[in-house]
Amino acid sequence: MVTGGVTKFAKAHPAMDFRLMVKRAYDQALAETPNLTRDRIDGTRISYFSDHFTRQLKAASMVQDYLGMNPKGSVRIEWGGATGGECFQAAYEAVASGRMDICLAAGFETMSRVATWKGNEFIALASDTNYDFPLGGFYTGYYALMVVRHMYEYLALRKFAHVADERERQRLAIQEGSRIMSWVSVKNHRNAVHNPYAQYPKRLTVEQVLASELISYPLTREQICTMSDGAAVVVLADEARAKELTDRPILVKGVGCGTDTMRLADRPFGKVPLMPHEKAADYADLPYPGVHSFRAGRAAGLEAYRHAGIEDPRKELDFIELHDAYASSEIQTYEDLGLCKYGEGYDYVLRGDPFLANIDYGLPTPKAGALPVNPSGGLIACGHPVGATGLMQAVFAFWQLQGRIATHFGDATLQLKKPKRGAIHSHAGTGSSVTVSILERGF
Amino acid sequence: MARPKLFESFREVQAELERSGSALFRDKDGFEALVIKNPYAINYIHSYAEDTPFFLGLSEGRLLGSQCTGPKCEFLYATPRGHCMVCGTRTRWQELPLNGKLHSWTTCHFGSEAFLKETPYNLGLVEFEGAGSLLLARIKEATESELYVGMPVEARFDARPKFSITDIWFVPVKGGSSPARR
Repeated sequence: MVTGGVTKFAKAHPAMDFRLMVKRAYDQALAETPNLTRDRIDGTRISYFSDHFTRQLKAASMVQDYLGMNPKGSVRIEWGGATGGECFQAAYEAVASGRMDICLAAGFETMSRVATWKGNEFIALASDTNYDFPLGGFYTGYYALMVVRHMYEYLALRKFAHVADERERQRLAIQEGSRIMSWVSVKNHRNAVHNPYAQYPKRLTVEQVLASELISYPLTREQICTMSDGAAVVVLADEARAKELTDRPILVKGVGCGTDTMRLADRPFGKVPLMPHEKAADYADLPYPGVHSFRAGRAAGLEAYRHAGIEDPRKELDFIELHDAYASSEIQTYEDLGLCKYGEGYDYVLRGDPFLANIDYGLPTPKAGALPVNPSGGLIACGHPVGATGLMQAVFAFWQLQGRIATHFGDATLQLKKPKRGAIHSHAGTGSSVTVSILERGF
Repeated sequence: MARPKLFESFREVQAELERSGSALFRDKDGFEALVIKNPYAINYIHSYAEDTPFFLGLSEGRLLGSQCTGPKCEFLYATPRGHCMVCGTRTRWQELPLNGKLHSWTTCHFGSEAFLKETPYNLGLVEFEGAGSLLLARIKEATESELYVGMPVEARFDARPKFSITDIWFVPVKGGSSPARR
């Protein structure tokens, strides 16, 4: 990766259409690399999630056109919430295969063009329209179903196993789980205070997160990402050109992708595909993935780690930009990506591992800095303009690995000390497709 | 014709679009854009295709799953599918019991625009004895504080079916009574 650019993500950018947003992110990216001129780009991969939000089919062709890329090769990428992550990997494949020397990946979404609850309807059309959507089609509802079961498996049946009354045990589990989800919301909003591109930087308390509007029990407004307008671009090149174009190239060390059933109701109850640092005995009685975990995330992680030669992500990654569309799915994903064992996600938060060491969150985080997750603020605080999101993560990870956060954010707080390797994680549907890409300092 | 009114807040633009159908928006950089309201409605022809017997079944008060016909598989799906996900063999229709247990649940206080007027409503994933997968359905006659994982529930069917998954819903089993049809 040789450069990247992002627009500020916002509730609405009505003065810009999708082409202009992409152009601005593109100009920002190219301004970083003086030797990279448009004629040297061999082709593009362009991503956006929903034609409903543009009401313009073939919008990717219009981006290609506006950037003056014709007649070079291009293809539109769509893969639900993981659209941006897939676009990144499509550009990677174009270069890795030798088809292109230099490939531009560009993504965008213009979600403000419809009312919020109509936007939720458009997103919910990415659930089965025979069996799921007509019930009330609502993604926050689907994630609430998943986290209620996650809390049942790992808090009710373990932490509160001593409570005799079944309903009281479950009530305590959801109360505890909600408190811990709120820590994740506090972390991501707080990190974003130092990220000028973020949509919702906030200093929140756990109490404020819990007291925010209940959207679908037990998920509250501050535990959920919102609709955004925004664009992001990334330029990938082969090794020789990467070294020529920048003195701080970042290597794409590994890529992985996994999938699962569209309907939550069809998820199997089988065995956990193990990471090298896990044992079958760890999960002897765990029906997997059920609706509590994301098998697609585990599959994507396994492939990416194998490709990158990573044996133990806990020791070999310095940070992760993780698709936290919901505070719940961030915790579920810690487990899928092997940052902790299945069932340990809540304790992992309470220990503080995913927090930054140099920020005061108003919470006890003894292990802060062990493996920062969403140092940028993630989707919850930065926003989630779907087709741009996975590429935004790549840009933030790129700047982080280059050691240039201070240059771009005007604030060095979020810069980790000489990070060597990071992961970006993009997630679609109810976990129906997930990508993980491993980025590494290449200088 | 008068020039559309100029606003610097998106909310005001939204309100003006409702009033007059057009507005000018100026962003922080001084860039101005003309914005208009564009109504957008369609009737979509939705076919249930190979899932048709399931939806006809609901209208007759029957809940149909599907069972793999592979001799070594016989996986029973609570949400039917024409071919088995495990082994790829054709499935056959199989009536499911009308009672089950809540595998997970939630209460939606918001929803897609089309369903906002129905909030709050409960969604539940229902487990059935012998079935290897679940069914997502509305759960009625219970509030947030009453629902729990493992709760016994039984099916109810709409007396005036609309050929939708909402033709079936589940309610808590009261006092362990056996489920009745309709």
